[in-house]
Amino acid sequence: MDAIFDIPVIGLIIQFVVYVIAQLPVLAPTIMAAATPIALGALCGFMNERSGVVNIGIEGMMLTAAFVAWWTASLAGQLVPDLSLGIMGIKLPLLIGLAAAILAAMAVSAVHAWLSISVRADQIISGTIINIFAVGITGYLNLLVSPHSPPSAGQFQALRLPQFVVDIPVLGFLLKSFIGVGPIALIMLISVIVLQVLLFRSRWGLRTRAVGEHPKAAETVGIDVIRLRYRNVILGGIFAGLGGAYLIIEFGSAFQGEMTAGRGFIALAALIFGRWTPIGALGAAILFTASIGLERSIRFAAPEGPLGQFLTSIPLQFYSALPYLITIIVLAGVVGRSMAPASVGRPYERESKAA
Amino acid sequence: MSERPARSLLLRVRDVAQLPAIAIALALVFGALLMILSSALLGGFDPTLPLTAYQALAVGAFGSGNALVNTLVNATPLILAGLAVGIGFKGGLFNIGAQGQFLVGALSASTAAIAMNHQPALLAIPVSLLAGMAGGLAWGFIPGFLKGFTGAHEVVTTIMLNFVAIHLVSYVIGGPLRGTGPEVTFGRTDAIVAASLPDIIGRNGHLGLLLAAVAVPLAWWLLFRSTVGFEIRTVGASPDAARYAGMHPRWITILTMSICGLLAGLAGAGEILGEVGYMPASYGTTVGFDAIAVALLGRAHPVGILFAGLLFGAMQAGAGLMQVQAGIPAQMVSVLQAVILFFLAAELIVRRVLRVRTAGTGVSDELQTVSRTYGEQVSR
Repeated sequence: MDAIFDIPVIGLIIQFVVYVIAQLPVLAPTIMAAATPIALGALCGFMNERSGVVNIGIEGMMLTAAFVAWWTASLAGQLVPDLSLGIMGIKLPLLIGLAAAILAAMAVSAVHAWLSISVRADQIISGTIINIFAVGITGYLNLLVSPHSPPSAGQFQALRLPQFVVDIPVLGFLLKSFIGVGPIALIMLISVIVLQVLLFRSRWGLRTRAVGEHPKAAETVGIDVIRLRYRNVILGGIFAGLGGAYLIIEFGSAFQGEMTAGRGFIALAALIFGRWTPIGALGAAILFTASIGLERSIRFAAPEGPLGQFLTSIPLQFYSALPYLITIIVLAGVVGRSMAPASVGRPYERESKAA
Repeated sequence: MSERPARSLLLRVRDVAQLPAIAIALALVFGALLMILSSALLGGFDPTLPLTAYQALAVGAFGSGNALVNTLVNATPLILAGLAVGIGFKGGLFNIGAQGQFLVGALSASTAAIAMNHQPALLAIPVSLLAGMAGGLAWGFIPGFLKGFTGAHEVVTTIMLNFVAIHLVSYVIGGPLRGTGPEVTFGRTDAIVAASLPDIIGRNGHLGLLLAAVAVPLAWWLLFRSTVGFEIRTVGASPDAARYAGMHPRWITILTMSICGLLAGLAGAGEILGEVGYMPASYGTTVGFDAIAVALLGRAHPVGILFAGLLFGAMQAGAGLMQVQAGIPAQMVSVLQAVILFFLAAELIVRRVLRVRTAGTGVSDELQTVSRTYGEQVSR
């Protein structure tokens, strides 16, 4: 083994791979946990942008949802009985909080849809409005209600897989990482797969792509562009709602001002990096959070020898900035070249011809 | 005859200012309803709360000499960064990256200022300001270059660069540039001494105020009286027409983004050298995002941006007193900003409902070219 490690450069890369594999069992749960809200945000963006509506307001939608989830779940914890399903910590107050968060994000999405589709206002401005408004209104209400706030209503738990499943080599690990998660993360995984299939295999997917690529053509074959866009944008709110609620009732934090901390924008990056497909976006979200996970593992358990020296000589902030840098690079080059022939290249084309 | 120009100017002001004024008024009404509603929810229903709050807001912004200076101090970075967004609009670019350009400008200005802490102020101040402009310019050049030569849309690249800037600042200030003085208890630089901008009016009206005062007419001259400005506006209106007229849209795009970055960088430099006095590793400011609102409200026109910046600066200056006297959290200011933008964006609806008949010179008309190109990033 040492002989391989000593090869210049390549040896270092092999050492790095070995290090990452060794760290993976420790890192996997944190990576999944961090990737879930980003993937959910990306799904929201997916629903918008595939049907031709730009959405840079994902951040604001998630922030609003997080606040609503926190507040309603805490209130419901006081008011309704703790009816429990007995699995994954699912109980009534949390479900109420989740439902309220989804509704709130759908309401914000409806405003975005109205501004973007009916008013034909600039869609990027609409997203900016949502972001500024969300920071303001959640901060405002949070300061007003936090002195009276009831205790947290608890959180969802991860699914426990039977031990014999976990013990299967490799497969057990994969199952534990992907399936051994909380209910919202499971919903995310199912949604990713379902949407991926629907996009390319269903009438809805075909119509959505048509509306996103060439609305005029879609209109001429009888698709109601306006209605489909409205429906997709508002349904997209569900995912932003899940993403915001995840931070509170599955990740288990209390609400803080601006707690989404840029996740909505990383989601946008993941969507672009994943080439506007659900599975691609999930992959990008995992890759991005892995970069941040790597930072943590280097800080706390750096490998030994030259590899360790090399990795620790890189500023830790570099790993945090890496997702954004990758996105810029990909946008400037790789995606640009390989997207165009696939006709997936113009998801933002919007020409509200149908009035 | 002599009355005519004056009247037409008045009419023009009415045309231009009517919708923003309506949007501001509607936002204040919305804010008032929100205050009453939230007071009712919390058990202390008080219909006069908005009056108390807005009065405190006004007193905090205009009520005394110090309040006025505070308004100016708050408005200065908003005006500079607002110009950074507004000139982008004129050039057909949506610069969401004013935040990042502001941060990098602040970073490079403070780097220069720390290095020159033992030099005479007459040397340290201009060099630090120049360094700030250069840093911002570089951060604006990157998305401009990417847009010009690869077609990567500036909305996405500037958003990404905002985050890169945050981590860059965190690294440089937390690492190599971390201060060693006794006052350094968290990630920050030493105090800036030589390059610190002197106060010119009031208790804290620093020299940086003049930067905004100079930048507004300069930006106006640049946009409407210079050849470059003509080219910027032509490219903004139609890159194809510009190309046909023998201009070089690529380079104009790069130049526009660089000028934007320069202005936002100057805003950051002014804040660090005049207001903060050191550079923190995590600089919690939202100037770059507020600047988008300022540019939109000011309809991307330097004079409009001046007034919009003063308005938002006044709201920020008065927010503290509003919180103390009326118990309304300062975040109300963000809510008001967003709602103002909402009514501006929904201009068509506002016009229809209120039967406003003035000619539309809405910024949204200008912007449509900006966002319509969003999907074109991959088609080049």
